[in-house]
Amino acid sequence: MLEIKNLYVKAGNHEILKGVHLKVNAGEVHSIMGPNGSGKSTLAQVLAGRETYEVTRGEVLYEGKNLLEMAPEERACEGVFMAFQYPVEIPGVSSAQFLKAALNAIRRARGLEELDAMEFLALVKQKFKVLGVDEKLLHRSVNEGFSGGEKKRNEIFQMALLEPRLCILDETDSGLDIDALKIVASGVNGLRSPGRAILVITHYQRLLNYIIPDYVHVLVEGRIVRSGGKELALELEEKGYALIEGGAGAAAPGRR
Amino acid sequence: MVAVTPATDRYLENFDRFARVAADSGQEWLRPVRQAAIARFAELGFPTIRDEDWRFTNVAPIAQASFARANGSRTELSPRDIDQFAVPGLVGPQLVFVNGRYAPRLSSPGSLSDGATVSSLAQAFTDARTVLEPHLARYADYARDGFTALNTAFMEDGGFVYVPRGRVIEAPIRLLYVSTETADPIVTHPRNVIVLEEDSQAVIVEEYVALGAEVYFSNVVTEVVVGQNSVLSHYLIERDSEQAFNVSTLRVQQGRSSNVASHTVLLGGALVRNNVHPVMAGEGSECLINGLFMATGRQHMDNFMRVEHASPHCDSRQFYNGILDGRSHGVFSGRIIVHKDAQKTDAKQTNKNLLLSEEAQIDSKPQLEIYADDVKCTHGATIGQMDEGAIFYLRSRGIAEDAARALLLFGFANESLERMKVGPIRKYLEALVTQWLPQGKLVEES
Ligand SMILES: Nc1ncnc2c1ncn2[C@@H]1O[C@H](COP(=O)(O)OP(=O)(O)O)[C@@H](O)[C@H]1O
Ligand SMILES: [Mg+2]
Repeated sequence: MLEIKNLYVKAGNHEILKGVHLKVNAGEVHSIMGPNGSGKSTLAQVLAGRETYEVTRGEVLYEGKNLLEMAPEERACEGVFMAFQYPVEIPGVSSAQFLKAALNAIRRARGLEELDAMEFLALVKQKFKVLGVDEKLLHRSVNEGFSGGEKKRNEIFQMALLEPRLCILDETDSGLDIDALKIVASGVNGLRSPGRAILVITHYQRLLNYIIPDYVHVLVEGRIVRSGGKELALELEEKGYALIEGGAGAAAPGRR
Repeated sequence: MVAVTPATDRYLENFDRFARVAADSGQEWLRPVRQAAIARFAELGFPTIRDEDWRFTNVAPIAQASFARANGSRTELSPRDIDQFAVPGLVGPQLVFVNGRYAPRLSSPGSLSDGATVSSLAQAFTDARTVLEPHLARYADYARDGFTALNTAFMEDGGFVYVPRGRVIEAPIRLLYVSTETADPIVTHPRNVIVLEEDSQAVIVEEYVALGAEVYFSNVVTEVVVGQNSVLSHYLIERDSEQAFNVSTLRVQQGRSSNVASHTVLLGGALVRNNVHPVMAGEGSECLINGLFMATGRQHMDNFMRVEHASPHCDSRQFYNGILDGRSHGVFSGRIIVHKDAQKTDAKQTNKNLLLSEEAQIDSKPQLEIYADDVKCTHGATIGQMDEGAIFYLRSRGIAEDAARALLLFGFANESLERMKVGPIRKYLEALVTQWLPQGKLVEES
């Protein structure tokens, strides 16, 4: 589904990703772990189409197509979804207005009929129930005045609503208490399916107790320095990134 | 030092004729204040950019133009002509003014019980002198401001609302000013007087619209007295023609524990000056000053706030958002004056501006004059372009770039609209704002 080949990315004069390779098949859950500043968000943002990053080498294929040539909204319409590490507040735009615009844009792209206000509301309420989201959210401005946990939960809610095929979660677990973490994890687990791939980016091993990955990759200084099964996450938790080959003196995940 | 222009002279000449006619029509009691005001105008003339309060706004186009007085042949309109200005879902008294004069056939003042009054000011001059006299021209200071002086000298019509003690009028009272095509450019001096006695409540919606693209000058003064423990919401919706001049002053006198909300939306006009001047004279009063101005082309919109804390424990909140496109010029001056005795003042001011084009311009200036020592005053202004991070967020959810920009712009404007409590007015303004936006259709479709 996703194939990243020798990806080099810079922002300004700063080279952040230095030759990333990654292959993700439909139905798989991959986790990317790495210390602060290793380039995790950069990778997520590049996959979603953020233009402040410059790809200098390499390529990214998504379902056989050149992902890097597509505008962010095209990627979303083709089924790519990235849950932001720091979701953006949009004052004055209600969640209802935003979600309806997004859902209908994606439905149009998929050749489905747009939903009217009533149909939209019915669908949203059903998804709200599953994730335990308060309906009042619809009338609030997008992410404005939300707590950290509410913002993260809102990202997962959007993901559930838009039903993407490739889900990228950028530190969706950071800053969550254990209850919120479980809700987020169950939301993600509910989306696991043979036709869908999930990329869980995290700094801490904790989330992976609830979302069990098929593969774990370690990103250090812009390179994937090791890949393995789910046990690699536990090993990292014990030994710290410093002991992983190529890692240069970074702290253990979960310890600050 | 006074800039005596041919136009100034013309106002003075016109005044003599006007005063003679007015004296014959039972308005003799107004003569002293009109005389004093025209005398003051003769001294003040129109302000110039050397005047600190007018630094960013050159009113020469008004001062040098020659406007005819609006009376004489009254334009007859039918209700159908003004259908387009109806606010869907809004039920309440409505007074319509055509070229500054009350149009009874277009109006529906309704009948309010318990001594509450909604009428034209012209009628109130004869019928409600006892209510008017203690307030009229006592607050809007014609000694300080040439435009107010001119309005006071020539005031002859406008809206009059009187809410006696303990009365709550829930239905919004709308004052709709319609400008029509005229042979020559005209000047009108609408004067609105709103008196709320203690423990009362009302909502006033003042709106300026045009039927054509003509040149005219509306010189408005709205004088509002809000008694002890009373609640008033005032809306000003300015949708003048693109060639029009509009100078308006909202002067609010607040009693003890009163609560006032002033909402302003400026959309039209070539040159607009919006003065908002509440004086919190009674202890514990509160004031919300909420505004949105949207300019494009060569429009000039100047918002001049003068928020006076004259008593202890008063709260004021100012929020003004501006969107400037084309070669337009916006101004926000936020003066907060805290008098010596106004301890425990809590005053907050926020002015946010979005520039949509390279040639658009904004001058934003806070001004704090604080004479008390135990006060909390904060102010902040931002000037910027649209948040690219927010645009990316919307796009990453499938929303096309132009729609994302439109949605974000709508949101910026909507921050102001969200503070408005009257649902039908808010919806009406949402539609007007959406129409204004460069890609507003995309907001409607989404
Ligand atoms: N837009 C940018 N401009 C310049 N430097 C950036 C930008 N984004 C990230 N960086 C830098 O790139 C490195 C990797 O950042 P990031 O991808 O956010 O790491 P992570 O998510 O793993 O913590 C950091 O050193 C960060 O300061
Ligand atoms: Mg990150």
